[in-house]
Amino acid sequence: MTLTKENAEKYLLQMYQIRAFEEQAEKSYMAGKIHGTMHLSIGQEASAVGSISTLEPTDYIIGHHRGHGLTIAKGADLNLMMAEFYGKANGYCRGRGGSMHIADIKGGNLGANGVVGGGLPLAVGIGIGLKMEAENRVLLCFFGDGAASTGAFHESMILAELYQVPVVFVCENNQYAMSFASRDWTTSKKIAAHGEVYGLTSTATDGNNLIEVRDAVQMGVDRARGGGGPSLVVNDTYRWRGHSKSDRNRYRTNEEIEAWKKKDPILKFRKYCKTEKLITDEKAEEIKKKAYADIESARVFAESSPEPDVQTLEEGVYAP
Amino acid sequence: MREISYLEAVREAMTQEMERDPRVFLIGEDIGEYGGAFQVSYGMLEEFGHERILDTPITELGLTGAATGAALIGMRPIAEIMFMDFTTLASEQLVNQAAKLRYMFGGQSTVPMVLRTPAGSGTGAAEHHSQSFENWFVHVPGLKVAMPSTPYDAKGLLISSIRDNNPVVFIEHKLLYKTKGEVPEEPYEIPLGQADIKREGKDLTIIATAIMVKKSQEAAEQLAQEGIDVEIVDPRTLRPLDTETIVNSVKKTGKVLIVHEAVKTGGFGGELAGVIAESEAFGYLEAPILRLAGREVPIPYNRNLERAAVPQVEDIIEKARQLATLKV
Ligand SMILES: Cc1ncc(C[n+]2csc(CCOP(=O)(O)OP(=O)(O)O)c2C)c(N)n1
Ligand SMILES: [Mg+2]
Repeated sequence: MTLTKENAEKYLLQMYQIRAFEEQAEKSYMAGKIHGTMHLSIGQEASAVGSISTLEPTDYIIGHHRGHGLTIAKGADLNLMMAEFYGKANGYCRGRGGSMHIADIKGGNLGANGVVGGGLPLAVGIGIGLKMEAENRVLLCFFGDGAASTGAFHESMILAELYQVPVVFVCENNQYAMSFASRDWTTSKKIAAHGEVYGLTSTATDGNNLIEVRDAVQMGVDRARGGGGPSLVVNDTYRWRGHSKSDRNRYRTNEEIEAWKKKDPILKFRKYCKTEKLITDEKAEEIKKKAYADIESARVFAESSPEPDVQTLEEGVYAP
Repeated sequence: MREISYLEAVREAMTQEMERDPRVFLIGEDIGEYGGAFQVSYGMLEEFGHERILDTPITELGLTGAATGAALIGMRPIAEIMFMDFTTLASEQLVNQAAKLRYMFGGQSTVPMVLRTPAGSGTGAAEHHSQSFENWFVHVPGLKVAMPSTPYDAKGLLISSIRDNNPVVFIEHKLLYKTKGEVPEEPYEIPLGQADIKREGKDLTIIATAIMVKKSQEAAEQLAQEGIDVEIVDPRTLRPLDTETIVNSVKKTGKVLIVHEAVKTGGFGGELAGVIAESEAFGYLEAPILRLAGREVPIPYNRNLERAAVPQVEDIIEKARQLATLKV
């Protein structure tokens, strides 16, 4: 699929916004402004942006715990997102969800999930609903390589195929589930093979190559929209940071991390855009600057936002 | 005596039992090189190797079942579920299999396993990483449930749990991991089903579990200055329950406040209240039995909301003051 200049700029902006958001998240955490933990997706930007670039605004995504990038790629309001990360009253989830549970239901983001594999069975049901609603909408369901070992994954593949739901399952294989190396039990190709076993058309991509990701997911989205049922795409990528703030990186080497940093998805995309004469270096720097400025204003917004009123604690457990 | 942390006490119990008994092994997620999400098993891989430290992918149901199966033929596995929230996934094998295999088979088999898991809020980990489900497991005949509040209790109870011939759900509290206390170097057992009086007092009894024991102790210091002398009973194991110690304490003070972190409705406090009401202590009660427990909400992310969702020292003080003035 050809890439327009306008889209190329949009994707680069989103990737930089993700990178900047994650860097800010880390800084805020280090400065003691954040209570809790977080899972950063630096290094995985192309998987998020490339996948979600295939959707219409009315389509859905459902995410996982490493979900900041997905949320941005789905077009979240950066201020409301950062406010949620800070646990503020005007954040997307009123400060109740935080980093691991950011959702923007109106914007078609059905939420990140703290339980590994937790979103997969939900995706089947969302797919059933979308099919019944018959408005030709589709869902992208994101999960990690670690989630691919859960029973939830396998049961969801079986149900998705059985009910022919309009869902593209997108596995972001960043090589590790905490310390558990996916190479110990499988690779992107093997995860894709699992999808095949259950009858889903499945592909593995270079997940740091936005174009490749986009093309693969686009095929799945087209199939889903055309009534062709579910498919699986496995994006081979890498998280640069530790799993979360408790990680001491004992299970991998610095050489490995450095080698993956050389495959930076943002630089890769910039190079492509330069060669294709879509974005010049000057323009790319301008976009980068804008992304960091956007995140800086989101930080200011979040830090000046009010804390939730403790009196509201019990509000919202039940629907009226 | 030497002081070590709660976390180190748990690690020491596992290490000593593994050194003593070759049938004991660990199975769980990221328990090897990573050392466990809370570093509880850190360093154990070096001593025991991959043969006995089984690092699994994310497979709560699978690993719990694997522990159950190994126990069924005489091994003594210790399964770790990284957060108690994920015992929801493990519970089929734990509740339907581990708990029942012995009875169902007419006593032909035993299932000597431990399922260790950290519970509780206070770390900002939000709805999916903060829950306290102890009472779900207390409800299952065939399971035992231990919930230590100090490093000393953690070590002794864990050793007993490993040596016990039944499945034991061993619940650790995240906020207790770094707390320190005196712990003997040699292995020792604390019998499952033996409560401990953490503070003697005469005016009212607080029955508390896990982190709430510590908070109640802080509250008791403050209350003492106001002339309210609190006795604190820590059941230590919820099943089997040492009703005798509880009943005796209530008979002595005539007033009881039950404090736990788990949500009040359906929580263990209801069971305790029932046990007391049914017992000879009933006639000694000078005031209604009070409960202070988690609010009727999932644990939220925001620090202030999270704090408000579970009892704090000031809440215990207030409730105890109220109880001190209450009459039947
Ligand atoms: C059911 C369940 N088990 C364990 C955890 C703890 N945990 C959180 S993230 C994670 C690793 C997930 O790996 P993967 O799915 O590959 O996603 P990644 O973190 O690599 O993005 C683990 C074990 C959890 N959240 N849920
Ligand atoms: Mg992973």
